[in-house]
Amino acid sequence: MDASAPIKPPVDDAGVDRTLIIRSLTKAYRAGQPVLKNVSLKVEGRGMTAIIGPSGTGKSTLIRCINRLVDPTAGEILFLDQDIAKLNGRALRQMRRRIGMVFQEYNLVERLSVIENVLTGRLGYVPVWRAWLRRFKARDIERAFQLLDAVGLGALATQRADQLSGGQRQRVGIARALMQEPDLILADEPTSSLDPKTSVEIMELIAKRAGERDIPVIVNIHNVALARRFADRVVGMSKGEIVFDGPPRDLEDSHLLQIYGGEGWLE
Amino acid sequence: MSMSAPAAKRVAFPPNWPARIGLIVLAVYVVYAATTLEFTWARFLTGLDQGGRFLSRMFPPDFSADKQSLLTAGMMESLQIAILSTVFGILFAMPLGLAAARNLSPAPLAWFSRGLIALLRTFHPVIVAILFVKAVGFGALAGVLALIVASMGFLSKLLAEAVEEMSMNQVEAVRATGASFLSVVVMAVVPQVMPRFVGFCAYQLDSNLRNSALVGLVGGGGIGATLFTAFQRFDYDFVLTIVLAIIAVVMVGEILSGFVRRLFQ
Ligand SMILES: Nc1ncnc2c1ncn2[C@@H]1O[C@H](COP(=O)(O)OP(=O)(O)OP(=O)(O)O)[C@@H](O)[C@H]1O
Ligand SMILES: [Mg+2]
Repeated sequence: MDASAPIKPPVDDAGVDRTLIIRSLTKAYRAGQPVLKNVSLKVEGRGMTAIIGPSGTGKSTLIRCINRLVDPTAGEILFLDQDIAKLNGRALRQMRRRIGMVFQEYNLVERLSVIENVLTGRLGYVPVWRAWLRRFKARDIERAFQLLDAVGLGALATQRADQLSGGQRQRVGIARALMQEPDLILADEPTSSLDPKTSVEIMELIAKRAGERDIPVIVNIHNVALARRFADRVVGMSKGEIVFDGPPRDLEDSHLLQIYGGEGWLE
Repeated sequence: MSMSAPAAKRVAFPPNWPARIGLIVLAVYVVYAATTLEFTWARFLTGLDQGGRFLSRMFPPDFSADKQSLLTAGMMESLQIAILSTVFGILFAMPLGLAAARNLSPAPLAWFSRGLIALLRTFHPVIVAILFVKAVGFGALAGVLALIVASMGFLSKLLAEAVEEMSMNQVEAVRATGASFLSVVVMAVVPQVMPRFVGFCAYQLDSNLRNSALVGLVGGGGIGATLFTAFQRFDYDFVLTIVLAIIAVVMVGEILSGFVRRLFQ
């Protein structure tokens, strides 16, 4: 099939409110030393929001609180009419399958094939015996192939993931996230391990494939130029707090100095 | 530290005193222990002499028909013991090993499982076999039970270690899709630890083959029982036949397990 043709999600998602509201989110890995300090943020249910900020400022912590890979210390994370911060067990798993995630180190299961990795995106919906016997639904398998075509890897479906290059792996990671038919995509520095050209291609891919499905994306990114180019909104963090929030065109050098601190490096 | 500290004061490889003292203590003890054994040259020579006489009575090995049928029966039972105990050992070791892995299972369960594994591994299979012979009587059942205990202990410990060494990134990514615990195990844990676990299992089958002869000596059935009887009857030529057969089976087992391991790499 034509790799550039958009794939319509099989379920009609029209009408779902995908707004994410974070209220007074605090996370302290060690008591008394909060990494996130009372962060509040409302992300509209569309477009790409880029979070920038220096290393160690809590960007990953923030994004990982949203799908509860990290448990927040206090605060609310409201999404799809639920407070993610309070979910547990089955309810949490059902929420997680609505949220796709793309990782800096790709985090593919190395010894599984490319298509198996993409199909792990369905695990929230598939009973374990089907996963064990690889008896995924024909519809899911068909969709996995379509997504691989859409990220340009249709020919590599049965290769083992550990044989791919970094850029190819990240494409698989994106296909896996899309396979969930998510209502939100989180990306934690999806391009930091890639060369500049591949980085742009990956960002383009995320923006395009999420955009055509109207899925909101929150992306942590160190590359300010990429953030400006692809994001509809930039959130600047420093020391666990939000210090800038606005469209990329409003982001000026003075803001960057405030976010990253120091001087000289901006010349 | 201030930048002006003299370079000579900086030590790149500080001495590891606990390790040094430990080694010295060990060396002293080995010398001491050797002297208390009253190991003398004369004693060694008498031993050699007796060994020689024993060896000469073993030749030629006894391959008569009735001995052969005894041998086959014993060997088949040992194979049964080895295979049954390996299969059940593997089945029980999988949940126990997972439960003992501290990166997957909640701390209390992990510690309980580790305690259980330590208990299973406390005694040598021969001692466990003696206990089972007392409990369920002479025969293959006692041998199978003893080797199941040994296999469970060994395999679950190594499985837990393999699971703890796997990449949590891969696990995390699968967990983030909303997969249930079992699905995470099937799609993220199994692919990572499977090749190593298969290797451990092949090794365990191999060592159960050897140990099945051992547990037989204390009443656990199989070729070990045949060997024990032959010894008691001073049938040293039959003893040699049995020993040769055990060597042959163990070598075949070793080749097979190596083959299985390569298959799953
Ligand atoms: N699992 C953890 N346990 C304890 N401390 C942690 C843990 N994860 C992160 N931290 C600490 O929290 C702080 C914020 O880390 P985080 O990974 O969120 O930063 P970041 O903004 O994503 O940085 P980077 O840009 O380098 O990825 C750091 O000081 C880090 O040491
Ligand atoms: Mg980070």
